[in-house]
Amino acid sequence: MMSLIEANLPALQVVLPLVAAPLCALLGRGDRSWAFACLVTFVTFAVSVALFAETYAGTIISYRMGGWEIPLGIEYRVDRLNAFVLLIISGSAALVLPYARRIVAAEIPAERQPLFYTAFLLCITGLLGITITGDAFNIFVFLEISSLATYALVASGSWVNKRALTAAYNYLIMGTVGATFFVIGVGMLYMITGTLNLADLAVRIVEHGDSSTLRMGFVFILIGIGLKLAMFPLHLWLPNAYAYAPSAVTAFLAATATKAAVYVMLRFMFTVFGFDYEFQADTLRMVVLPLAVIAMFAASIVAIFQDNLKRMLAYSSIAQIGYILLGLTFLTETGLTASIVHLFNHAVTKAALFMVAGCFVLSAGTCSISKLGGIGRDMPWTTAAFVVGGLSLIGLPLTVGFISKWYLVLAALELGWWPVALMIMASSLLAIIYVWRVIEAAYLQPAPEGVVRKEAPLSMLIPTWIFIGLSIWFGINAMLTSTAAGRAASALIDSSHILWKE
Amino acid sequence: MNNADLLLLAIAIPALTPFLLAACGKQPNLRDTVSVLASIATFAAVLPLLLAVIDGARPAISLIEVMPGLVLGFEIEPLGMLFATVASGLWIPTALYSIGYMRGAHEKKQTRFAICFAIAIASAIGIAFSGNLFTLFIFYEVLTISTYPLVAHKETPEAKKGARTYLAILMTTSILFLLVALIWTWNIAGTTEFRAGGILDGRLDPVYAPFLLALFAFGIGKAALMPFHRWLPAAMVAPTPVSALLHAVAVVKAGVFTMLKVGTYIFGVGFLGKTGASDWLVWLAAASILIASIVALTKDDLKARLAYSTVSQLSYITLGMALAVQMGVIGGAMHIVTHAMGKIALFMCAGAIYVAAHKTKISQLDGLGRKMPVTFACFTIAALSIIGLPPFAGAWSKWYLMIAAADANQLIIIGVLMVSSLLNVAYLLPIPARAFFLKPKEDKAHGDAAASRIEEAPLLCLLPICFAALGCIVLFFTIGGLYEYLLSIPIRPESLP
Amino acid sequence: MSDLGIDLDYIMGRYNYWLFCILMMTGLYITVSRGNLIKKIVGLNIFQTAVFMLYISMGKVIGGTAPILTEVPETIYSNPLPHVLILTAIVVGIATTAVALALVVRIRESYGTIEEDEILELEHDMDFGSGAAQGDPVA
Repeated sequence: MMSLIEANLPALQVVLPLVAAPLCALLGRGDRSWAFACLVTFVTFAVSVALFAETYAGTIISYRMGGWEIPLGIEYRVDRLNAFVLLIISGSAALVLPYARRIVAAEIPAERQPLFYTAFLLCITGLLGITITGDAFNIFVFLEISSLATYALVASGSWVNKRALTAAYNYLIMGTVGATFFVIGVGMLYMITGTLNLADLAVRIVEHGDSSTLRMGFVFILIGIGLKLAMFPLHLWLPNAYAYAPSAVTAFLAATATKAAVYVMLRFMFTVFGFDYEFQADTLRMVVLPLAVIAMFAASIVAIFQDNLKRMLAYSSIAQIGYILLGLTFLTETGLTASIVHLFNHAVTKAALFMVAGCFVLSAGTCSISKLGGIGRDMPWTTAAFVVGGLSLIGLPLTVGFISKWYLVLAALELGWWPVALMIMASSLLAIIYVWRVIEAAYLQPAPEGVVRKEAPLSMLIPTWIFIGLSIWFGINAMLTSTAAGRAASALIDSSHILWKE
Repeated sequence: MNNADLLLLAIAIPALTPFLLAACGKQPNLRDTVSVLASIATFAAVLPLLLAVIDGARPAISLIEVMPGLVLGFEIEPLGMLFATVASGLWIPTALYSIGYMRGAHEKKQTRFAICFAIAIASAIGIAFSGNLFTLFIFYEVLTISTYPLVAHKETPEAKKGARTYLAILMTTSILFLLVALIWTWNIAGTTEFRAGGILDGRLDPVYAPFLLALFAFGIGKAALMPFHRWLPAAMVAPTPVSALLHAVAVVKAGVFTMLKVGTYIFGVGFLGKTGASDWLVWLAAASILIASIVALTKDDLKARLAYSTVSQLSYITLGMALAVQMGVIGGAMHIVTHAMGKIALFMCAGAIYVAAHKTKISQLDGLGRKMPVTFACFTIAALSIIGLPPFAGAWSKWYLMIAAADANQLIIIGVLMVSSLLNVAYLLPIPARAFFLKPKEDKAHGDAAASRIEEAPLLCLLPICFAALGCIVLFFTIGGLYEYLLSIPIRPESLP
Repeated sequence: MSDLGIDLDYIMGRYNYWLFCILMMTGLYITVSRGNLIKKIVGLNIFQTAVFMLYISMGKVIGGTAPILTEVPETIYSNPLPHVLILTAIVVGIATTAVALALVVRIRESYGTIEEDEILELEHDMDFGSGAAQGDPVA
């Protein structure tokens, strides 16, 4: 029995939440569906941990879905990189769901809650599927599973604010366009190579060499994924979707959705197209690099002027995605390490911050910064969590944000791109401004008259503080994350170097 | 108990004090007792370390490897030991004084104040004992964050604005310049450890040396080198114990200490002198000394005048480093001590005047010397020490800095130092002079009754002032020991066996 | 042909791609330019259909039959894989359309309109109060 489970871990990773989702809908109202969903995410997380442990040393797990020969059948392929991402996704889910109970009860009517958790599980399925699969078209399918679930989840914020509906609609239109672009790109690759297996694609693309079809394929995939990961200026769907989605959903999405998309980007760029593909290198440096830098500044500046805390954090996310993309464009091992490490670090930090916003919504009924005056006294633990998370966003030492900044700047200096290094730092100064606005309001402004605010319930505080604890722990002891990221980066680079040199 | 344990203890005591303080926040008496006891305990842990370092011990400890190759670790060398002794030693009078001041001025949120105060001291000691630049940077940032609530303590719009300036400048410089300099150093040297003779010699192209030094010099915003000095006057909105802490002990001294550390152990005095990388800094520091002194002349607010005086005095230390000779480092290090003694006394006097008479402007001080003779006597002593007249401690550090300028063949700098001393006389001495010799102005609004009620500040305020003023005199006569000690700062790389 | 400067063979030989391009651009244009939420969805559908055609025409082998297993081993048949892929994509497309339509229904219920500009105006009112929307600068 144990060996059977062990042999099928990659399949279980996805199938478990997929099968659980409809069951969850059948459980009926009340806490039952929530408890069930929680249980499922815990088990899913355990599976991720097992996969991570198995691949940490460098083994690559290749799993044939349904026993079909590779590359004919769908392959699930787990290496260091996606084991790391799987861990982020299922870990966030396992922490967000316990947090979700109280806030979901406050934001969504009881009869809708089972459906909400169903959509949640489907979303997890999709994200895990994107990450684990080694098949290009399968990525599209999972991308759409997660996206459709996400549209529904975002729209369920309409019980609080009807603007969630239009936010979800816009997200749907842009998300679908993005996914379709991605399919076109995959189609082009298929035209050249006749295969959809990622590893196989990599080999055949090199055999085939550069061509205009390949370039078109690359551009379509870049734009398609760019839409999904909110690459500036394709980010327009994100602020509203994050601001009006139910708080638990925002926390989960911020930690995972864009991260899975970034993973797909990494996978295509460095496994499929290869590190040494010149057209890609040029595009990254000429197009993506400036866009990433603009995102870092523009989104941060916009964030400064937001009054809605969730919107502010959403814009900050766009800026942070800029950092991740910037790391890619360096095309060095350190740069890639910076990106991967920031993938994790930002997930942890942003999830915690959005959870804090959720706590504010639950207790104070608002997350408008101007109405949060003096909340530091009423909700000391929640606000303290915001302070630590905010410091991490700025990138101060002893938090994970610092580790990311360190690697990013190091990568820039290694290349001698000191203006870029200075710009990375300058943009984190903007983060000080928007974070400090909240801190000042929370601690130094008087509380509004006649408002009663209680500290958030423990079921919400504990997950929030676990995220905060992680962001401190991995800020002080970053050996695990930086080694894992460094190994993943070197693995990506090594594999593609070998291919293009032959 | 061996030295490494003591080292850990010296950091752990102030680092753990905040938790204790938070636990007994409801009982003010207990809280303040804890705060004073912690300061004494910290000093008690630092003192044996000082003795050990004088004997040649170099205790070291590494806590955790944060990133591959980057260790959070501590190592004591003479310079850091000196700073730690000053910081922990002056914490005791400041702790006593702040109790008297906070209660006397009926400040709110005293627990938060005490907690942040302890964190600030812990990070100052962390900075002092840092074994590498990376660790130093971490504590440097902790110090910035922990002092922000102290500056914003009054929660008035001015306090918030001042605190914002404070945070903005210190954060901007440290992240934009210092962190980049740190990563650059790591990138070319492969280490951030403090080593005798520096780690950059032979690794850094001398062409880039001035730029890296500029990143450091401006990045260490706490050293208040012009044009990044604005935070210091802005932070004057803080309660006076904070100003005393900021301007005499923790913050500014952490800045100039870092400056000396970088000059001695990262660049290495030899490397700086050989390449001339710090020549520009000599002139900038000299300009900073003079301009700040002149600005101080124009300030009527007592604390603002003292703040600009600090900006000027800090640049002495930066200058000492930039001269790139051994005597400069010694003079700079000595100035850390002597200026700390003098300036803490001055600020405590300013606080005492505020608590007793609610006066903050120099023009309001006429005749106050007769009501508060002890306070103003101490003020005079401390002012003379800052000016650099014997028999007060400040004379020595200026003396060694002048020798350093002569060593470096910078005769103009000697002139600058002299002019600056004259300016010091011009902006510091009028204050006690007014208080002692001028007749009090008729205050129509309050009448003589209010004026006659003014008397000396509470004893808890007064005692630390006397202590600090006495220190200025005692230090003058014991400077030989300090000089001997400072000679043990390694300047040249350790010769290979 | 080359004397005209246009290689007609080149153009005609790839007519499926031209068709794909035209349909795709039409769909994308409708999605971006129309203010009516339903019409946007229609545009999205056209866009997706264009991609389906790209895939299917890609799998066509000239002279090939439908990919059904027969007794004759040397039968030439079209590549079945794109068909299978597109079958999946169609399902995804339908699901997307269904979700989109459901959202439009909900939007209509909450806002009372499915015109984008009217919705934006309503949302603007929610943010800044009703006066600002009518162009009243003082309000």
